[in-house]
Amino acid sequence: MQLLSSSLSLTRYRVKGNIADPMMDTIRSGLKDNVIREIDNDPAVKSVGWTTPDNPFSPDFESADFLFGSSVIFSLRIDKKSIPAKIVNKHYSMAVQKRLAETEREHLAKNEKRELKDEILHRLYLRVPASPGIYDIAWHPEAGDLWFFSNMKEANEELETLFSKSFRLSLVRIFPYTAAQFLSRIGDDAFDAVHKLGPSFFSQGGEHA
Amino acid sequence: MLDVSVAYNRYKFLGHEFLTWLWYRIETDPELTQKIEPDLESLAIGNRVVLENSRHNREETITIRGDGAGLEEGLIALKKGAKVTEINLVCRSAEYEWRFNLKGESLALSGLKTPQTGKMEKKEDLEGAVLERIYLVEKIVNLTFGLYGVFMGERLDPAWDNRTVGEINRWIGRAVAGG
Repeated sequence: MQLLSSSLSLTRYRVKGNIADPMMDTIRSGLKDNVIREIDNDPAVKSVGWTTPDNPFSPDFESADFLFGSSVIFSLRIDKKSIPAKIVNKHYSMAVQKRLAETEREHLAKNEKRELKDEILHRLYLRVPASPGIYDIAWHPEAGDLWFFSNMKEANEELETLFSKSFRLSLVRIFPYTAAQFLSRIGDDAFDAVHKLGPSFFSQGGEHA
Repeated sequence: MLDVSVAYNRYKFLGHEFLTWLWYRIETDPELTQKIEPDLESLAIGNRVVLENSRHNREETITIRGDGAGLEEGLIALKKGAKVTEINLVCRSAEYEWRFNLKGESLALSGLKTPQTGKMEKKEDLEGAVLERIYLVEKIVNLTFGLYGVFMGERLDPAWDNRTVGEINRWIGRAVAGG
């Protein structure tokens, strides 16, 4: 379980919108409907879905307990396949030679080459196992707060898309501008003042920045 | 409300100012941490500081790393107009210690090491271990965003330019002279 590992990365989000009641049923249903789909022995290149942190390769949201105190704990899993270009080129060259020999021609048409390449990729992706990435999530629904245990751009973007699709709620990533917006000590008027701010210079050396 | 990517880029200077201000406050206000998280006793600069100076349209990055590394080079960089873009922090409470990196432009945490949680010997221990870890992570999340709140409160105060910026300027001058 990534959350229990010795070193963590964390991106904080604000959850916007209200979860339909009963809350835990809505969450369970959103997780179940978007559970990770296995793509081994399948030509798909990528699969993104939810999984359970303690059993990420056989998730079962029907029986899993994912409420810990007031936090909902689950994981985003991103499975990806990659094939080195040299392997694709090797199989493609072999297939082109075979087709030319079979048809007794010297060249293949452009669309024929494209179809051949797609066929090669389809065949190779069927055989290549996907490499999984698992990123834990701690969602605090009552506080409208969510911690995503990764700072990777791709993982954060996939989280935002899948979360919105699963729960019909939007995630706002917290960075200096949005943090200022959500800080309780800063009222609306003060937040408007943020828009007027420009950089400050703390020393003589910065005056010419 | 601005577009997210525009807002991210336009206001990342606030994150850099926050980390620079934080260095100053760590050095000049030892009770700052406890004002936000009473359980946490101290906050100190850890083993990595990254500074950036973009004056004269030239990006200059200075990285100071290593346990026991002196921060004099960083102070000189501040004197030349650089700001802190990433910082490693160490937070202590009695015998417990947290270490983490904080990135200014995103306020994202990385390399977060919390005090050790109890060993998980059987499956039933999972809930306790998860709750304990969330509690320990929450201390740092609350501290980080609490500090950012204090910073933004000062940043939006009309006295920022005349008082706080001047104080930071004088602190840099004193620290460089003292170093």
